[in-house]
Amino acid sequence: MAQAAIELIGINKSFGAVRANRDINLEVARGTIHGIVGENGAGKSTLMSILYGFYQADSGEIRVGGKPVSINTSNDAIALGIGMVHQHFMLVDNFTVLENVILGAENDVLLKSSIAKARSELDRLEREYGLEVDPDAVIEELPVGLQQRVEILKALYRGAEILILDEPTGVLTPAEADHLFRILKQLKDQGKTIVLITHKLREIMAITDTVSVMRQGTMVATRVTKETTVGELAELMVGRRVLLRVEKGQSEAGAVKLSVKNLTVKDSRGVTMVDNVSFDVRGGEIVGIAGVAGNGQSELLEAISGIRHAVSGEVMLDGKPIDLTGKADPGELRDRGLAHVPEDRHHVGLVLAFEENENSILGYHDDERYLKGPFLDVDAIMADAKDKIEKYDIRPGNPRLKTANFSGGNQQKIVLAREMEQDPGVLIVGQPTRGVDVGAIEFIHKRLIAMRDQGKAVLVVSVELDEIRSLSDRILVMFAGRVVGERGPDATEGELGLLMAGVEHQEAAE
Amino acid sequence: MSTPYAKLPAWADYGLIPVINLAVAFIVAGFVVMLVGENPFRAAVILVEGAFGKGTGIAFTLFYATTFIFTGLSVAVAAHCSLFNIGTEGQAYIGGLGIALVCLSFDSVLPWWVIFPIAIVAAAAFGALWGLIPAYLQAKRGSHIVITTIMFNFIAASVMVYLLVGPLKPAGSQAPQTRNFLAGAELPKLNWIIELFGAKIRSAPLNICFLLALVMAFLVWLLIWRTRLGYEMRTYGHSPKAARYAGISETRIIITAMMISGALAGMMALNPVMGDQHNVAIDFVSGAGYVGIAVALMGRLHPVGIVLAAILFGMLYQGGAELAFEMPAISRDMIVIIQGLVILFAGALEHMFRPYIQALFASVSPKSVGMQAVKGTGA
Amino acid sequence: MDMFNAIVQVLDSTIRLSVPLLLACLAGLYSERAGIFDIGLEGKMLVGAFAGASAAAVFHSALIGLGTAVLISVAFALVHGFASITHRGNQIVSGVAINFIAAGSTIILGQAWFQQGGRTPALQPGERFEAITWPGADAVKDVPVIGPIYGELISGHSILVYFAFAMVPFTWWVLFRTRFGLRMRAVGENPAAVDTAGISVAWLRYRALICTGILTGVAGAYLSMVQNGGFVKDMTAGKGYIALAALIFAKWKPVNAMFACLLFGFLDAAAIRLQGSPLPIIGKVPVQFMQALPYVLTVVLLAGFIGKAIPPRAGGVPYVKER
Repeated sequence: MAQAAIELIGINKSFGAVRANRDINLEVARGTIHGIVGENGAGKSTLMSILYGFYQADSGEIRVGGKPVSINTSNDAIALGIGMVHQHFMLVDNFTVLENVILGAENDVLLKSSIAKARSELDRLEREYGLEVDPDAVIEELPVGLQQRVEILKALYRGAEILILDEPTGVLTPAEADHLFRILKQLKDQGKTIVLITHKLREIMAITDTVSVMRQGTMVATRVTKETTVGELAELMVGRRVLLRVEKGQSEAGAVKLSVKNLTVKDSRGVTMVDNVSFDVRGGEIVGIAGVAGNGQSELLEAISGIRHAVSGEVMLDGKPIDLTGKADPGELRDRGLAHVPEDRHHVGLVLAFEENENSILGYHDDERYLKGPFLDVDAIMADAKDKIEKYDIRPGNPRLKTANFSGGNQQKIVLAREMEQDPGVLIVGQPTRGVDVGAIEFIHKRLIAMRDQGKAVLVVSVELDEIRSLSDRILVMFAGRVVGERGPDATEGELGLLMAGVEHQEAAE
Repeated sequence: MSTPYAKLPAWADYGLIPVINLAVAFIVAGFVVMLVGENPFRAAVILVEGAFGKGTGIAFTLFYATTFIFTGLSVAVAAHCSLFNIGTEGQAYIGGLGIALVCLSFDSVLPWWVIFPIAIVAAAAFGALWGLIPAYLQAKRGSHIVITTIMFNFIAASVMVYLLVGPLKPAGSQAPQTRNFLAGAELPKLNWIIELFGAKIRSAPLNICFLLALVMAFLVWLLIWRTRLGYEMRTYGHSPKAARYAGISETRIIITAMMISGALAGMMALNPVMGDQHNVAIDFVSGAGYVGIAVALMGRLHPVGIVLAAILFGMLYQGGAELAFEMPAISRDMIVIIQGLVILFAGALEHMFRPYIQALFASVSPKSVGMQAVKGTGA
Repeated sequence: MDMFNAIVQVLDSTIRLSVPLLLACLAGLYSERAGIFDIGLEGKMLVGAFAGASAAAVFHSALIGLGTAVLISVAFALVHGFASITHRGNQIVSGVAINFIAAGSTIILGQAWFQQGGRTPALQPGERFEAITWPGADAVKDVPVIGPIYGELISGHSILVYFAFAMVPFTWWVLFRTRFGLRMRAVGENPAAVDTAGISVAWLRYRALICTGILTGVAGAYLSMVQNGGFVKDMTAGKGYIALAALIFAKWKPVNAMFACLLFGFLDAAAIRLQGSPLPIIGKVPVQFMQALPYVLTVVLLAGFIGKAIPPRAGGVPYVKER
């Protein structure tokens, strides 16, 4: 094996009471692609942030090229030839590509020479690695894939020899992801070292040379990719056999409860995000919407729940029309039996600064049960909150505790309890288990299936394909704002993957 | 971390930290006193004696406090809805106009106990109206409420000057103010309460508005923590997105909150206008609206805290007057500095000492510092 | 010709009245472009005015006065930075605090040091910045049209006036042609991008605030050492707020800022000029209406009836490293 590009020895890092990294050892060989996998919250990003100087380790040693180094700021990391492509791009949206590339790497007090140098340097990088991008384009006008390319260019411009990518494919279509992988391989061939952080095992198998697995802040194993399997890695990640499928009986679909026809939604910039979408959800079935993040699923949910106004379309709830283009608001829809578990529980589904009991009535706070005239019925609210805590096993079981102090899984349970216990006819759920621990995932899945078995219409949107396949009775795939296909629960991952990439859609259009 | 500060026991959070912040503000003020060549300790003694030493002093302290309770509540109600109402000053000024119209119309025909309720409604309505326009512009046009309310303070000042040197000024008078109200528009004094405790009061303007202010403090508590409307305001205040999700209308909640805030500001005018001067004069608010910001911040937006902070500022105003008399180098503008320092240390720098206090608590008894539950730590 | 002379006079006073607005507005531009809201412009101008006039009177030097004004104003800007950058406090609250501390301390210290009811001693020649007469201004004085324009509008102002207008292209150049400007604009839009590029967000913002302090200091010095021969209590009289409004109106751009300030200066000049005298068609306009007009206009502008003002995206939000 070649000389190690990076060695991490005994790294520890805590945030308050949370031990994000415990005694981590890692060695990455020069000129290889090394994957780090683990569930959300396993400590991958924290570890890489330490390497990039964004955080400082509480203890431990970092060696770059065999030499012990101290990395206190991003500047130190950059000077050592370490570059990072963050999950959320660190770009200035209203700057041009050039301005973003030179930011922090200017060679002079005045910009003129920096810009000239960057222009020729970008030209060279484009020729060497096929990293094409218009240097004068403004970032916010570029598609996500190109924005990511700018991030890579930024790192290379600073002379990065070691490139860290944090969940780079989360926002990409499969085609864009493939393109990215080709670029990474090329970089490797040129002798660069690449660290790829992801929770998608397929990517690891496809591109890495070696892989390390993290679980709950510890490094549990390192393998040569060729010598391991997806099954082994998955087991290492969660620490036990993954329950890929929740037990569920045959669905008994009844009458149509939610009917969406020709729904079109635009975002605040006027870009069409949902394009003429139609589908039905019947009582007693779970309809799953699969798709790469950013293909209109979020806007679809927001429109159906009344948060965002639709441009046009007809929506029927229990056979009666609702006007989503202007009049309907979330409160009215709730009154008519539509419950919504939003994708973003931190800012939308919950008020983190509230006590648990206050969140357990959010959206239903105008319900007579919780009111005495204009006043809140504190006793009724408390009793209700305690009841839900018990039923949904929310921990810690204290309704007076601030919601911010609950874990992700328990926060999600607070939202689910609130929405499910209203006995809605239709339940729509965005990303049911994002940022939720494994134990809670199983609980949530079982609850959703129980809702279905009670004859409710359930619509689930998730970017986790496994989740969609495990829960759904029917699967719709969204691509570029359209529903591009419908499949049964037995559809293969490959089949759905092609739909998500818009492949069949494009072929059909030709 | 999304919540950068771990928990402290409630008494430290709501008692110790404000007291430390306040102490620092006063220490810095003490340096200013030294800078003008006076002894800060003697100044402090004069100040406290002036405010609480005699019955008259106490009555004056509570009179000023009454004003500040109203403006503090006004700022706090808006703040619970995450609206920074810097327009309390202008809303109070315009509230005075409402009172003037009521008093000038009815003071010769009606007794005070009929005029008072009408004047309360008028003051609240005029103040609310002056809060309504910036609220509407924020809700519908997205103009920043901080800037619009500042502008509305200046506009209010121009409107009032125009009226007080013109239409509202009695013919033949030189002073820019309304005529003096008749007995029907004078509110009963409350000095007898202090006299019950054996103190002597020569003449002080403490009046029935003090009780009104306490009632309003209670009502604000009820509103914020015990009503549906308050729940909606707090939801919007913490997260506009969650409010939208919960079906709370942004426009309605912003306008309602600002109108309540404006109404409380307007009611402030009752105290000096009907309780003391018995006329409406130019600049009668004289910065009380801005004091409300300091009071609300120091009271941590809670009515109980606001009443206490208002009494403290009442003490500063009354004691400050005595101080100016005893130490000619120190005018009442010293209060403005203290006010600024309190806003700085209790507001903008409220978290400055927090980490140290947390460390202290953690070293004394780790359990008292509630450990945060595990949150997503990676990705 | 009377009409022409009147117009020249109004324009001349427009320039004089615009200068403090312009300096304060550009000051605010540095701070807000770096992502720090600053409603404390008023207070910083006020302490600048006080410090400038005091030092000039004591040391008998206009330059020492100016230097002191800048120094004290920068110190106040750093307090704002300490609260809103280092301790991530609320920037509006911090700005309000600074305005109060400035208002109170200038009066208290002025009274304690000079015993003139909050005024500083009247400045003598040499302690103020005098008007500079441009070459040939007297010669062309009697030439119609050109004479008054050259002699009164262009020539005959203090050095600080020319400084203020020179700051407009200079600020543009700094913003768009220098490394500091690039980084400053970036930190006001996305501080995380600046942080990950290895640049200190805090130090960058502090430097922007120092620029703010320098300019508000000069603005204050202009008020007390050029426009007036000494400090009078509360002499900024809301100019800091008007400058803030002008900044929003200008959409945070230097050249726009100049036009916005000239407009507000013109309104002020016109109000003074027209005081009490009737206008055609409208008739007599109350003085108070003219005084309120800039504020009313600002509200109308803010309400978005003329274009939409998009502030720097990270403005008002303290920077916290997010995991």
